[in-house]
Amino acid sequence: MKPAAFDYIRAGDLSEALDVLGRHGSDARIIAGGQSLLPMLNMRLAKPAVLIDIMGIAGLERVGREGDLIVVPAGVRQAALMKRPGLAGEQPLLAAALPWLGHYQTRARGTICGSAAHADPSAEIPLCLVALDGEVRLRSRRRRRSVSAADFFSGMMVTDKADDELIEAVAFPVAMTGTGYAFREVARRHGDFAIVGCAAVVTRDAVHLAVAGVADRPQRRSFPPLAGSALTDALNGFAWELDARDDFHATARLRRDLVRSLGQSTIGEAQRCLA
Amino acid sequence: MPRLNAATRHRVAFTLNGKPVSLEAEPRLLATDALRHGLGATGTHVGCEHGVCGACTIQIDGQPARACLTLAVQLEGAAVTTVEGLAPERDRLSVMQAAFRRHHALQCGFCTAGILVSLDAYLREQPAPSEQELREVLSGHLCRCTGYTPIIRAALEAAACLRGEPLSQPSDREPAHV
Amino acid sequence: MKIETISWTGQSLERVEDAALLTGRGRFIDDLGVRPGTLHAAILRSPHAHADILAVEVSAAAAMPGVAAVIIGRDLARLTTPMVAGLKVAVENWPMAVERVRYVGEPVAIVVARDRYLAEDALDAIEVEYGPLPCVVDPLASLQSDAPVLHDRAGGNLVSDRRFRYGDPEAAFADSAHRVEVTIAYPRNTGAPMETFGVVAEYDPHEDAYDILANFQGPFSIHAVLARSLKVPGNRLRLRMPPESGGSFGVKQGVAPYAVLIGVAARIAGAPVKWIEDRLEHLGAAVAATNRVTTLKAAVTADGRITALDWDQIEDCGAYPRAPEPATLYRMHGNMTGAYDIASIAIRNRVVLTNKAPTGLVRGFGGPQVYYALERLMQRIAVELELDPLAVIRTNLIPGGAFPYRTASGALYDSGDYVQAFDLALAEGRLADLEARRDAARAAGRRYGIGFAAVVEPSVSNMGYITTVLTAAERQKAGPKNGAQATATIALDPVGSVSVHVASVPQGQGHRTVLAQVVADVFGLPCEAIRVVVDLDTGKDAWSIASGNYSSRFAAAVAGAAHLAATRLRDKLAAIAGSQLGVEPAQIGFAGGAVFAKGDAARTLPFGRVAALSHWSPALLPAGVDQAIRETAFWTPPELSAPGEDDAVNSSLCHGFIFDMAGVEVDVETGKVRIDRYVTMHDCGRVLHPGMVEGQIRGGFAQGLGATLFEELAYADDGAFLTGTFADYLLPTATETPDIEVLHIETRSPFTPLGAKGVGEGNCMSTPVCLANAVADALGVAELKLPLTPARIAALVAAPEPALPETHRQRTGGLGAAKPGDRALRGQGQAEVAAAPDAVWAMLLDVDTLASIIPGCHGVSKLSETHFKADVTLGVGPVKGRYKAQIRLSDLDAPRAATLSGSVWGALGTGGGSGRVTLTPAGEGGTLVAYSYEAAVGGKVAAIGGRLLDGAARAIIGQFFAALARRASPARPGFIARMLGRRP
Ligand code: FES
Ligand code: FES
Repeated sequence: MKPAAFDYIRAGDLSEALDVLGRHGSDARIIAGGQSLLPMLNMRLAKPAVLIDIMGIAGLERVGREGDLIVVPAGVRQAALMKRPGLAGEQPLLAAALPWLGHYQTRARGTICGSAAHADPSAEIPLCLVALDGEVRLRSRRRRRSVSAADFFSGMMVTDKADDELIEAVAFPVAMTGTGYAFREVARRHGDFAIVGCAAVVTRDAVHLAVAGVADRPQRRSFPPLAGSALTDALNGFAWELDARDDFHATARLRRDLVRSLGQSTIGEAQRCLA
Repeated sequence: MPRLNAATRHRVAFTLNGKPVSLEAEPRLLATDALRHGLGATGTHVGCEHGVCGACTIQIDGQPARACLTLAVQLEGAAVTTVEGLAPERDRLSVMQAAFRRHHALQCGFCTAGILVSLDAYLREQPAPSEQELREVLSGHLCRCTGYTPIIRAALEAAACLRGEPLSQPSDREPAHV
Repeated sequence: MKIETISWTGQSLERVEDAALLTGRGRFIDDLGVRPGTLHAAILRSPHAHADILAVEVSAAAAMPGVAAVIIGRDLARLTTPMVAGLKVAVENWPMAVERVRYVGEPVAIVVARDRYLAEDALDAIEVEYGPLPCVVDPLASLQSDAPVLHDRAGGNLVSDRRFRYGDPEAAFADSAHRVEVTIAYPRNTGAPMETFGVVAEYDPHEDAYDILANFQGPFSIHAVLARSLKVPGNRLRLRMPPESGGSFGVKQGVAPYAVLIGVAARIAGAPVKWIEDRLEHLGAAVAATNRVTTLKAAVTADGRITALDWDQIEDCGAYPRAPEPATLYRMHGNMTGAYDIASIAIRNRVVLTNKAPTGLVRGFGGPQVYYALERLMQRIAVELELDPLAVIRTNLIPGGAFPYRTASGALYDSGDYVQAFDLALAEGRLADLEARRDAARAAGRRYGIGFAAVVEPSVSNMGYITTVLTAAERQKAGPKNGAQATATIALDPVGSVSVHVASVPQGQGHRTVLAQVVADVFGLPCEAIRVVVDLDTGKDAWSIASGNYSSRFAAAVAGAAHLAATRLRDKLAAIAGSQLGVEPAQIGFAGGAVFAKGDAARTLPFGRVAALSHWSPALLPAGVDQAIRETAFWTPPELSAPGEDDAVNSSLCHGFIFDMAGVEVDVETGKVRIDRYVTMHDCGRVLHPGMVEGQIRGGFAQGLGATLFEELAYADDGAFLTGTFADYLLPTATETPDIEVLHIETRSPFTPLGAKGVGEGNCMSTPVCLANAVADALGVAELKLPLTPARIAALVAAPEPALPETHRQRTGGLGAAKPGDRALRGQGQAEVAAAPDAVWAMLLDVDTLASIIPGCHGVSKLSETHFKADVTLGVGPVKGRYKAQIRLSDLDAPRAATLSGSVWGALGTGGGSGRVTLTPAGEGGTLVAYSYEAAVGGKVAAIGGRLLDGAARAIIGQFFAALARRASPARPGFIARMLGRRP
């Protein structure tokens, strides 16, 4: 279980990284924390010709604020965001979700943007991005663009990112007053990818529920603040729409059941935060 | 911009347990292989090579890292700590190592290096961890021998000791030293 | 002088092993240096569950940089013979596929290269052409007359069928007031030690001798199997074990076939060869415990007393019945009545082969399979007869005064007081409190249950038990097999210091510490004065076929042999000291590092002086003492006799007792099980080191917990292996493993030198069924299938599912797997194309068009009008691989419909599928292209990327049709989106 050969480039600045990426396209891969990429290299599921290490690029490692956005550049490790002072007030959903992300040891290396780029349909970072309606900032030699999370994730490990683009940063909206947030997840063991993960964002007049682990990407639905059987029906519809599948870890039925039950309790928790 | 060609070996220099070291590595050489077979630091073990078991955990600049998910070339310039660097002297044990021995927190010892390295990093961050916090940190390691409880006991005791609290009374499982 | 007498044995001393392990100075196989010039091996493995090997093309691989040799089955067959099996059947047990592969993960080729990286590069360049065959993975299906046969010469997949009868089971069933029955399909799981297999082999062509270092654990009966397979006498196979091994749990018996493979690789490469197994190889092909289908019936009196058991066991040994199998099935043969006093048993044992990895030793070894059925049955008896489960257990327990107790099938239970242990467990384990917790939880509407399990834990296997699979006449012919030779050597050097060597090869059980304790006590020395060496070299150390670290034989047998050897040496030293001090040897004492005349403190000699005398002044040895330098003891218990005429067998020497009690709460919403309290009571005879005994119990519990909730080596119906990584084969971690309460009573074994029994495997036997009984109690269900995954638990209690609301009907595809185990991906789609059906039809049969629409195509060649070959690069996200593909068109109905079948194969695995395409004219000269397909993926990518597959296959099939649409009507946008818009 050893990687196939590749060239390794330690990019000194972003434009170097983009140049190489532009030249090699899909034969090149960005490596940041390496927590998703290295297992695939070791198993030879991926055999890129060139790895571009961006962790030496100055300025990519600091979380910033742009107005109502928390901007997390490509070099920010998961542990660093988790330890950001005041994160629980700034965006409680992130503070609630981050401890579920892998393990202490992998969070110390893995980056937030790397998790977004990997686009695992069960992962917490894509779920939070979609739930909060965050954005993914892409950059290539040709252009810079910003894509909404909903448009960025297009399938199982498939995103809107072109081969010559890298994720420069992701941006999470900060908590709004009058909004409640909650995150819940069911996994087989602590730190495993979710069977179902739910993130709820609730205001006085709307409920947004995003679900990971069921469809081929995190999916968000918005409804008016329903209660009782109207809420149950809405969640049931959402559960079915996600077209859950059986796999080795859970059945489609359990996934739908969890969308209904976990979805409801997550919304409930967010509503209590609001109250 | 340094471009390291796939087919050639490149000098990688870093500090290992406080001492400068270097080796020649192809870009694809894993840090586990570099440490173990390149530098002879075989204390870091390999149990899965896909980042799950934790046996290969080392510290890079004080932070825990899976050596199997790290390329040797990524260690360039870093300060690396492995299990060989945890004891204060070659013929002594660290407080945590001694607690592991007292509590029989290892059997085959294959997982132990990674666990000690993780705990060392974590206790610097959180010197007074709860049992639950320790269990969560340990959940990034697989141990197939011990059932984990003795590891938790050892870690709690060592943490207390490192905080300067007196050792609790030896339990009845402690050896009656003669 | 003051003489201290301290007994080291029985204390939880700090282990001598630990300091090295804690500081990174352990000596595991991959930590040891190798000879300069040592090459490294990597193994190519089958992606198919069952296929003929039609051709293997190795020339490209052999020409790659650093590659020294590429070895395939034919080369192996030239230099070795198949490994002998315990069963007399016409099955060739090759360690690498020769003409046919029979399970996913079976070795097909070995590359030997300068380093492992280069060796793996070359693996990717080997091309194997397979002719896939139908396969069978389910043991019951394998028994059907129309099942695909794995080994043609064996005539079928049933390779052993034996019936046994003890007492009068027919009469007992005829007379019984009740019959209770359970049927169990026990899953496959494994020990998953954290260190994988390793082998370093060297061959000397002049001496025709192999020197093989492997982290093998025994039993060393396998040494004979290996030597025979390598076609050398035993003295030309030197097998060496490293000082440390990173856990085994039985599994490292399974390194044996690789000793042959790497030995042969070294011979062919002409250099030492090293191979370290990786985790994917380990999970897929190392060693699995057997999966077993058991039907167990009990004849029960009205008050819950069992008068007879009727066992029907169908054992699945995978693709090859590899030695020592079918030992998993027979290891428990004397214990089929468990902890209960039951006079009559009927047993039918069948062994079947299926297209799965071969099985072997895994901690518990047959016990989990047996006790899961037996103790589920006990709970069902209580439920069906409306009795208290504890009353049913207590009524049937073997009574206190009955030991040694002979079971119906021949085991001799050495000692115990099961009723006392049981009563004590209920009291000290605070049953009343547990019941109160249950009642409170239930009152609050939560699902809480209590489970119990009573288990007899056998240890120190009788080498003859496996022959129970043969008939008495066959046994007669083969010669009787019996016993359990253990050995230990004690040596004194010229300064009188003591060394101990045993043939036990520990994998973390602290043998060096315990042996030091035992021997120090014999010589009256400080523990740290004793040095113990446990690495074994069959070329120069004492060993026997029973040697090794299995069947929990260390404390009972090996430590006992060390005691015996030390005692013999001490008696000689007493004679020497007696002659020096002028007293009778019987009057000589050993303590505090001194040898002295008892009761006369003035007459004393330093131990070292007496111990060194044989070296320096043999002339002073008293009459009758030849030397006191080295003593090797062999010990085998007389109780372990060969199976009798009547098939009764004392399958093990020692029998510990365990009673477990668990309180669990089940969250029916998430399907998760929380263990509220777990109490385990053990009687393992004399405890030599309490800390290590507790370690064994806790470790066994954690593995039992894994087997209950998480672990399964899973296969799909098409033979694809699904749990190839630690992300799919789930071991419990610290957040899943609760603290437990461990209780003890001690009844010493009268049959072992120290009174100790084994303790290492018991909780692997008791914990799964104890927890399952608790879950059954919580949910009020009769049938539970391990592992108790959230989906299975939730399904047990699920109400009918809320229907898809009317308003949502159109928006979903309604796809998904039809039945569990069926991994076929099904899908459908359609697209409108701006070209007439004739034109579209022509495109489907045209090489250039195909080349442009097959995703990732590097070129198509035409084999016939309807058969095409292509090279493709397929992938999803970052997962990309190069494959060879074949496409066939059949059932042609021009220009209306065709069946399109394709298969792809490459380093990442194989895929295949077929679909029906229909072309219907649609307005303005266009065509409606509709397709439906079924596809499946196997090989490496199925084992490690299960979560990815659906998406990948769908995306690729979608891309094909999207490209077809694009090609047919390049001007009209939006088709692709429409075609792929099937998912919400
Ligand atoms: S070897 Fe690195 S995590 Fe297992
Ligand atoms: S001590 Fe053996 S795996 Fe942890």
